[in-house]
Amino acid sequence: MNQLRRAFLKNAGAVGTVAVAIAAGLLKPGAVFAAAWNSLAFTAKDPAEAIKNAGYSGAAESSDIVIKAPDIAENGAVVPITATSNIPGTTSMAIFVEKNPAPLIADFAFSNGAEPYISTRVKMAKTSIVRVSVKAGGKNYTSSREVKVTIGGCGG
Amino acid sequence: MAEAMKMRATMEGDVVDVKVLIQHPMETGLRKDAKTEKLIPAHFINQVVATLNGKIVLDAQWGVGIAQNPFIGFRIKGAKPGDKVGVNAVDNLGTKFDGEVVVA
Repeated sequence: MNQLRRAFLKNAGAVGTVAVAIAAGLLKPGAVFAAAWNSLAFTAKDPAEAIKNAGYSGAAESSDIVIKAPDIAENGAVVPITATSNIPGTTSMAIFVEKNPAPLIADFAFSNGAEPYISTRVKMAKTSIVRVSVKAGGKNYTSSREVKVTIGGCGG
Repeated sequence: MAEAMKMRATMEGDVVDVKVLIQHPMETGLRKDAKTEKLIPAHFINQVVATLNGKIVLDAQWGVGIAQNPFIGFRIKGAKPGDKVGVNAVDNLGTKFDGEVVVA
């Protein structure tokens, strides 16, 4: 019940945000956020569900996705992750931390010369598989590696 | 809120390497306040768009799992010194963050 309410509030917040921003003319032309925030995928608690809702299911394992991350992260609150796809025609990339309360971390779409490369810092609740999935040429590909966490990043 | 975003764009061969830092708490909504035992409401950046000379190059959606004070690095092919890289971000409460940097 509480979870449902939370998901609903998040969703309402996100949709309201964009509407208000557009109404107020705050978004610059050419930089409008293309799609509504994918609350279904971002609030999914099960990794498989998050992957499915984000549109990355049925992915083939590929060693052409290179994930750079520490083997052991001392602080789960800040874990550097760098991912590169060497698969030609990669159009988007998503990062999942499978043991997090919300496994989908982020979803990036590349266009107009952006290389399929992302470097960022994520939170990890505990030791988990970090999965990077990409879309290329109408197919999905994925790769993963384990990151051990000594202090979780989602506690209070 | 321009001061909340720091950007750098440097050429590496024919690719521009962009690094962006945004000051933001990135609250998950799952954390409890240590004193009041109440949940701290979710407050996180959920959409980020990057442009090169006004054209969208990166369109991102984020969840609560991006670390506090988010860092993001990305690369754009075909950029040259003098080009403008812009970043627009918005959080779940509607606060907007903008930044622009000239490729060096």
